[in-house]
Amino acid sequence: MTIWLAQHGAALRLALTRLAAAPLNTLLSLLAIGIALALPAGGQMLLGNGMQLARNATPQPQLSVFMVPGADSKATAAVADHLRHHPQVRSVEALAKEDTLARMKSSGGLKDVIEVLGRNPFPDAFVVTPGKDDVETMESLATEFRQLAKVGHVQLDSDWVRRLNALLKLGRTGVGLLTLLLGAGLVAITFNIIRLQVVTMRAEMELSRLLGATDDFIRRPFLYYGSVLGVAGGIFALGLVAAAAASLNEPLTELTSLYGLPLDFAGLPATDAGLLLLLAAGLGWSGAALSLQQYLRD
Amino acid sequence: MIRFDRVSKRYPPGIDALSNISFEIDAGARVVIEGHSGAGKSTILKLIAAIERPTGGAVLLSGQNVGALKRQAIPYLRRNIGLVFQDQKLLFDRNAFENVMLPLSIAGFPPREAAQRVRAALDKVGLLAREKALPIALSGGEQQRLAIARAVVGRPNLLLADEPTAHLDDETAADVARIFTEFHQVGVTVVIATYDTRLFPDARRIRLDHGRHVERSAA
Repeated sequence: MTIWLAQHGAALRLALTRLAAAPLNTLLSLLAIGIALALPAGGQMLLGNGMQLARNATPQPQLSVFMVPGADSKATAAVADHLRHHPQVRSVEALAKEDTLARMKSSGGLKDVIEVLGRNPFPDAFVVTPGKDDVETMESLATEFRQLAKVGHVQLDSDWVRRLNALLKLGRTGVGLLTLLLGAGLVAITFNIIRLQVVTMRAEMELSRLLGATDDFIRRPFLYYGSVLGVAGGIFALGLVAAAAASLNEPLTELTSLYGLPLDFAGLPATDAGLLLLLAAGLGWSGAALSLQQYLRD
Repeated sequence: MIRFDRVSKRYPPGIDALSNISFEIDAGARVVIEGHSGAGKSTILKLIAAIERPTGGAVLLSGQNVGALKRQAIPYLRRNIGLVFQDQKLLFDRNAFENVMLPLSIAGFPPREAAQRVRAALDKVGLLAREKALPIALSGGEQQRLAIARAVVGRPNLLLADEPTAHLDDETAADVARIFTEFHQVGVTVVIATYDTRLFPDARRIRLDHGRHVERSAA
């Protein structure tokens, strides 16, 4: 056990020595890995803020149900009853056509127009707040309400929520794709860095094998090298994202406040940052492992 | 300890390095494998250390069929063999101490015990005072002695040396030969491939000619 630990310690030390031995190479590698990781991390941060904004800005989405203009009070009462007892409906606000007429008359410019018409042009209406506000529930409720007798028109007030959600979904997919692509890029970067090392250290690796080194012994410092490079690149990326967050904070808050939207701009959450470092270490390790597999096979 | 049983080694495209070789080497023996350049001397050493596998016959080391060893088992076999290579294979970016340390690091020795062993091995070949020197700063004879120190630091019971006195002047070569004799005297089985048998006058000889075993003369 202690020998095992000592060998791993030695491999890690060797990896760090090799990193320190070529500072310019190491720095440039870190730059490449850091930028590759900063893009999805930054995207994730923006997405998180977008989602927070959507949550804060969305009022309870509602459905407006309008009766046909000539609907009698019996039909209206039936629809009201149906709506009130629907299991997926949280609350119903009834807007009688007389009340609407009175309200419209009182609101300035429309008064003359309404009087010219001579009769009440407004239908009875209901504002329905559903129990759940996801798009699917809203849609299915709207479809259902359209089938009710004497219901003229059902309007979803949540169209812009849907648009925002669609946008965020697109953003999530985009960040996912970016992560996939740049993750593969990171594997490729470490693969090449390790391959170059293998070329320069071939003599030593050959000799170590002749002196009784196992494949694991030869592989170990390179795996540590790849992982350390990944983690250091990840830390670099987090630094870049933090710097971007700091410079974006003020203008973004100003912009959203102009639209009356509350935004408390947040950096990348700690769990995401931890995940990023873990991912970076894993990808660096994989790149190194792939590179060595090629060497150790022959 | 070592038994070659009708061993052949053919390199592509059909070059026979060894043909139907059979011999036995007892534990504690000192053997010189002699022959002209290309006679197959190096190949015999490589077969013993499982660097090459025979294309025919069996190579047995302490009863173990070396040619049939699994890839994962080969490192452990090599740790019990001291190897002195024809081209020495010293690492020129490591000093003498670190070069000799390498086999012990590989075998996973505790650092303090390893350092003691390294100094003992360097002392044995007369290089203790030069442990900090890089190989490039050493003379040809010193480099060869360093390679020997690295081969024996793991205290193997078998020492294989491929042309250990090549490119050395007579005096230095004699010096190196004396070191091998000393190891033999403490019980190490020593197998030396060389064209220059005068340096090991009382060793048993296995003579090769174009990959064939010609004669055997015991001393």
